[in-house]
Amino acid sequence: MKTAYLLAAFAPLVGAIVAGLFGRQVGRTGAHRVTIAGVAISFIASVWTLFDVLQGNTFNGALYTWAALENLSIEVGFLVDPLTATMMCVVTSVSLMVHIYTIGYMADDPGYQRFFSYISLFTFSMMMLVMANNFMQLFFGWEAVGLVSYLLIGFWYTRPTAIHANLKAFLVNRVGDFGFILGIGLAVAYFGSLDYIEVFAQAPEQAGTQLSLWGDAQWSLMTVMCLCLFVGAMGKSAQFPLHVWLPDSMEGPTPISALIHAATMVTAGIFLLARMSPLFELSDTALSFVMVIGAITALFMGFLGIVQNDVKRVVAYSTLSQLGYMTVALAASAYSVAIFHLMTHAFFKALLFLGAGSVIIGMHHDQDMRNMGGLRRFMPITWITFLIGSLALIGTPFFSGFYSKDMIIEAVRYSTIPGSGFGYFAVLAGVFVTALYTFRMYFMVFHGEPRWGRAQHGHDDAHDGEHHGLGPDDKPQESPRVVTVPLVLLAIASVVSGAIAIGPMLFGDFFGDSIYVDDRHVAMATLAEHWHGWFALGMHALQTWPFWLALAGVVTAWFLYLVKPGVPAAIASAFGPVYRLLDNKYYLDRFNEIVFAGGARLIGRGLWRGGDQTFIDGLIVNGSARLTGWFSGVLRLTQTGHLNTYAITMIIGVALLMLFVILPLLRG
Amino acid sequence: MTLSLAHFLALGAILFTLSVVGIFLNRRNVIVMLMSIELMLLAVNMNFIAFSHFLGDMAGQVFVFFIMTVAAAESAIGLAILVVLFRKFDTVDAQELDSLKG
Amino acid sequence: MSALTALFYVFAAMAVFGALRVITSRNPIHSALYLVLTFVSVAAIWMLLKAEFLAIVLVLVYVGAVMVLFLFVVMMLDINMDSGGRGFWRSSVAIFVGIAVALQLAAVLFLHFKGVWITDAPPLPADYKNTEALGSVLYTEYVYPFELAAVVLLVAIVAAIALTLRQRKDVRYNDPSKAVRTRAADRLRVVEVAPVVRAEAAPDAPAADAADGGPAK
Repeated sequence: MKTAYLLAAFAPLVGAIVAGLFGRQVGRTGAHRVTIAGVAISFIASVWTLFDVLQGNTFNGALYTWAALENLSIEVGFLVDPLTATMMCVVTSVSLMVHIYTIGYMADDPGYQRFFSYISLFTFSMMMLVMANNFMQLFFGWEAVGLVSYLLIGFWYTRPTAIHANLKAFLVNRVGDFGFILGIGLAVAYFGSLDYIEVFAQAPEQAGTQLSLWGDAQWSLMTVMCLCLFVGAMGKSAQFPLHVWLPDSMEGPTPISALIHAATMVTAGIFLLARMSPLFELSDTALSFVMVIGAITALFMGFLGIVQNDVKRVVAYSTLSQLGYMTVALAASAYSVAIFHLMTHAFFKALLFLGAGSVIIGMHHDQDMRNMGGLRRFMPITWITFLIGSLALIGTPFFSGFYSKDMIIEAVRYSTIPGSGFGYFAVLAGVFVTALYTFRMYFMVFHGEPRWGRAQHGHDDAHDGEHHGLGPDDKPQESPRVVTVPLVLLAIASVVSGAIAIGPMLFGDFFGDSIYVDDRHVAMATLAEHWHGWFALGMHALQTWPFWLALAGVVTAWFLYLVKPGVPAAIASAFGPVYRLLDNKYYLDRFNEIVFAGGARLIGRGLWRGGDQTFIDGLIVNGSARLTGWFSGVLRLTQTGHLNTYAITMIIGVALLMLFVILPLLRG
Repeated sequence: MTLSLAHFLALGAILFTLSVVGIFLNRRNVIVMLMSIELMLLAVNMNFIAFSHFLGDMAGQVFVFFIMTVAAAESAIGLAILVVLFRKFDTVDAQELDSLKG
Repeated sequence: MSALTALFYVFAAMAVFGALRVITSRNPIHSALYLVLTFVSVAAIWMLLKAEFLAIVLVLVYVGAVMVLFLFVVMMLDINMDSGGRGFWRSSVAIFVGIAVALQLAAVLFLHFKGVWITDAPPLPADYKNTEALGSVLYTEYVYPFELAAVVLLVAIVAAIALTLRQRKDVRYNDPSKAVRTRAADRLRVVEVAPVVRAEAAPDAPAADAADGGPAK
C-alpha cells in the first residue's frame, strides 16, 4: 500500500517537473501526455487507497525525517484514513478532468507546457496537504498550493489586471497564514509536537488550560489555537473578510478556476477544520465564531452574485457562498456533512466552471453575459451539462447538491451553539439567493434572444486584448470533445454522487476515527435519528422550506430575465444605494485599498523619509561624515606644513613630559 | 666658591634653554635652526662629561663620543637636504615650505 | 677663588655669550662663527674636567669639520640676510616655553645636585691619560656600538652624496637598461612602396638603363 500512497503523491510531481523543465524538449503533446499520465496514475492510486481504507486499513507513518531538533522532529509522513482517502479521490478526479479539458481550452496558448506543469504541481501540493500527518507538512502543502495559485492566477502575466489579482490573492492568503502559523506555534508550545496523533491525544488534557494574552484576561488555550487555525482557513477558503481575492482570481484561465478555486484549494480550509475536529470540539467559542463567519459568507456573497455580469464572477461568488455553507456545517459539528458537501460541490462547481469555460470558448473569449443568450441551440452538450450543474447547485431533489445542502441546513437547525440561529437563517435565505443568481445566469446565457450582435463591453469588463467577442455574423460552436467529455463525466458525478455517498458517509461508519464529534454537539446525532434513506429524503423534500425557496428563486429569475427583462434595471435604479453597495462589493476592496494598502504605503513612506532618509542617511551616514569632516577641518589647522611649527610642537611636548617627571620630584 | 656639579649642569641647562628658544625664534632661517640643534647636542654632551667626571664612570664620555659621531652625520645630511632645498626653491626660508599643509 | 673656578666662569661666560649671539644674529655667517666660539669655550671647559680627548675631538670634528661645512653651505647658498631672527621678544610663546624649560631644569638642579663639590669627585691618578682610559673602555665593552657608529657615518656619506649629486648635463651616454628594453617596432618600420612604372612607350637603350636604375632602387 505504501507504493500506492507514494504514487498518489509523487506521480503528479514527476509530470510537473518534466513538463516544466523540459517543456520545450517534449513539446506540447509530450507535456500534456506526461502530466495527464501522472495525474491518472495518482487518481488510480487514490481510488485503490479508498478501497483499501473502506476495508478498514489506515496508515500513519513517517517517510523521511527532514529535521530533528532537540525536542521536535519535523518529518515527511502520511496519514491515510477515510478523510484523507475521500480528499485524495476528489482532488485527483477533478484534477484529471481539468487536465483533459485544458488540452482543448489552452490549445492556442503559448504557455501550454507551463500551464500543465503548474496544474500538475498543484495536484502534488494538494496531495501533500491532505495526506500529511503533521502540521509542518500540512503547512508546506498549504503554502505550495498558495504559490501555485499565485502562479496560475497570473498565468497571463503580461496583463496588469492578472498581476494585480495574483498579488492580491497571495497577500490575503498571507494574512490567513499568519494566524495559521500562530496556531501551529501554539501546538508546538503546549503539546510539544507537530504530529497530529500526538497533539490530538494530548488535547483532552489541555482542554482546561488557560493562557493570558493581553493583561489579565484569561483565554482558553483551545479557543485561541482553534481561532488561529481558523484564521488560516479563512484565508485559504475565502471566508469573510478574507474573501476579497477569490473574485479577482477569475483573471486566471478557466481550468484553474475550476480546479483551484472551486474544487480543491479553497476546500483546504474546510479539510483543515475537519481534520482538526478533535481540537475544535473542545472549544464552543471557536465553533460559534466559525458559525457566524460562515453564515455571513454564505448569505452576503450570494447577494453579490446577483449583480455580476461576468459569467465567471457569478460562479465565483457562488463558490464563496457554498464555502460559507461548508463552514457553517463544520461549526455545527457536522464535519462529515461538510466534507460531503465539499465532495459534491467539487463536482458540480467544477462542472459549472468548465461549462462556463466552454461557453467562453464558444463566445470567442467574451465573458459578458449581456452579450450572450440563446446559446442552447448552438452548444447543446454544454447546455445540458450546465443545466445539470445548476440544478445540483440549487439543491434540486435527488441531485447531489440537494443531499449535501439539505443536510447542512438540517444540521445547523439542530445545532445548539450560540450563533446557530443566525446560521440557520442565513443558510435558508441563501437557498433563495442561490437559486436566483444561478438561474439568472442560466437564463441569460442559454435562453432568450441572442444578443452578441450588439457587442457590449461594460465598465466592469477588465479584460483587455483577449476579448474579441462574436460579431453579428458569427455563430458560437460547440466545443471539441476534449472539452465536452469532462463536462459529461462531471455531470454524471453531480447527479449520482450525492445519493450514493450520503448513507455511508454521514450515517455509516465511513469516517471512523478520522473525525471526532463531542457528545455535547448533538446535530449529527439528531440527523441520524431522522435518517430514512436517500429516496425517502428526496421525497420528503417537497415538505421542507428549502425546496420551495429554491423554486421561488427559479421562478423569480425566469420572470425577471425571460418574461420581463426590463424589470431588473428598474429595480436597480429604484434601490440605487443598495445596488451601488452590491456593485462595489460592499466597498471592501476600497476599504482594503485605502486602509491597509494605503496605510502600509503611508507607513513605508514615513519610515523612508523619517527613518531612512533623515535618520540613517542624514544623521548617521552623512552626519558621521560631516562630523569627521568638521573634526578634520579643525585638526587640519595643526598641519601647517611649516617646519618650525612641528619643531615647536615637539618642544612643547617635551616640556610637558618633563613636567610630568619633575612634579613628583618637586613634591618629594 | 668651590665648583660643584651644579655649576656644570647649570651651564648645560642654560645652553639647552638658549637653543630651544633659538628654534622658536628662527622661524625663517633653517640654517640657524640646524645650528640650534647642534647647540642642544652640545648642552647634552656637557652634562654627560660633567657626570662622567663626578661619578668617575667612563661610560659618559663614551656616550659623548657617539653623540658627536651621530651629530656630525646628522648635520652633514641636514645640510645636504638644505642644499637640495635651496636648489629647488631658491630660499632657505622655512615659511615657504608649506606644500604639506593640510 | 681657585684658578679652576675662575677659568670655568670665564669660559662659561664666553659659551653663553656665543650661544646667545648664535640665535640672535641677523647674519648667518656671524651665527656660525659665534657657534664656533661656543664650541671652543665648551671644549676648554671639558679640558678643565680632564676630558681632554673629547675636548680636542670637539674642536677637530665639530669646529673643524661640521662648522666649516656650515660655513661652506651658508656661503654657497646666497641667503637673504634679512630673513633672520627678527626681534628677540616677538614671540610670546617662545618666551613662555623658554622660561618653562629653564625653570624645570633649574628645579631639578637645585633640588638634587646641590652638594656635590668638585673635590668630591673620585681622584684620578697622576699619570691619568684620558685617551687611554677612553680607548680601553671603547674597544672592549663598547666595540659593537663603535662599529655601528662607523656604519652610521658610512650611511651619512652615501646619503649626503645621493641627495646632492647632480648629473652633468653635457655628457651623453647610453642608458643600457633602456637600450635593452627597446623593441624593433619602435625603431624600424617597413613600408611597402608600389613601384612607379614610367609611361614611356618605346624606351631607348640608355633611357632603359636609366629607367631600370631609377625606380628599382
